[in-house]
Amino acid sequence: MTRDPDRFWNPYLAGVALGLVLLATYLLTGKGLGASGASFRLGVATLQAVAPAHVAAVPLMAATTEDGSPLRYWLVFQVLGVVLGGFLGALTSGRLRGETLKGPTFPARARWALALGGGAVMGVGAQLARGCASGQALSGGALMSAGAWAFFLAFFGGGYALAALVRRQWT
Amino acid sequence: MIFPTELFAQDALTPASLLGAVALGAAFGFVLERSGFGRAQKLVAQFYLTDMTVFRVMFTAVVTAALGTSLLAAVGLLDLKAVTVNYPTFLWPMIAGGLLVGAGFVISGYCPGTSVVAAASGKLDGLLTVAGVVIGAVAYAELQPAVAAFHDSGKLGGVFLYQLLHLPPLALAAIIAVAAVGCFIGAGKVERLVAAARLARTATTTPSR
Repeated sequence: MTRDPDRFWNPYLAGVALGLVLLATYLLTGKGLGASGASFRLGVATLQAVAPAHVAAVPLMAATTEDGSPLRYWLVFQVLGVVLGGFLGALTSGRLRGETLKGPTFPARARWALALGGGAVMGVGAQLARGCASGQALSGGALMSAGAWAFFLAFFGGGYALAALVRRQWT
Repeated sequence: MIFPTELFAQDALTPASLLGAVALGAAFGFVLERSGFGRAQKLVAQFYLTDMTVFRVMFTAVVTAALGTSLLAAVGLLDLKAVTVNYPTFLWPMIAGGLLVGAGFVISGYCPGTSVVAAASGKLDGLLTVAGVVIGAVAYAELQPAVAAFHDSGKLGGVFLYQLLHLPPLALAAIIAVAAVGCFIGAGKVERLVAAARLARTATTTPSR
């Protein structure tokens, strides 16, 4: 069988698969999936290694150290799983390749700056919203949480509002 | 009630629950990768109306899990409140956070979860997005005491759409499922319109791809 890196699962079947993974997570663990919380804890753990007193003084950071290390947390292990699953998925689909995804004429350095800057904006947003597209829109949305649906609508609003401004990176 | 189980509970932090975390995370990451969510162009196409895969996958997943949880709760297998208690609403920061995550998504090309998948697929822009999320989240935590009032504003506790509409959860999940089918038909129409407009534009200039 030849591998075509441009071939993906049918989006509806992929959605059902994703929904079943989420359902299994609720049933087994009592809570949904996530991502941004683990990134935050990775940052706090790094900071804790150099400035533990500072971490203890910042309320949102101190809240992650109840069990000692901020990394002693379910979501951190779940995201380690995402790394593993993403890697295996890319390996078996022919999509595992060291590269920068961007438009052919857009400079790589500018694309790196947008990736880092956009990530930082999402880091702020996910802290405000108590979750990101995974932890809030997907996991809260499937439970029909009002806040998660407000987040979901705002997420699409924010994306469409800014899309034209940053389109050049894909050309 | 059988679910949620104690053995794999997220706050248990036992070897079983942490092994479960890695296994469920791996399944999550694999499905995201197979959906095309490790590729920035595929993700942002949602916002240029050329490919609505993000909307299709996300909304189908929400409908599947909503039907699954409310059905199992209706037959007494799942204690729904034990799960929903983890999803309180803070209305204003959630709207503001949604706008920022949406904006950051089109700027970076990923969301916090899919950037992890992209990084694991070898994409340097994905890795930088992960780094950005870490930096942004830590920076926000530093400044949060200054915006603490807004951070905790709109604190409504657990508010769920079926409560607001006075419907059983399963009934609303079924309504959302029907609405989703309508939205998917609409999404296909939008894609075809945008493709036709694009074709008309490029017919007079150099055709690309």
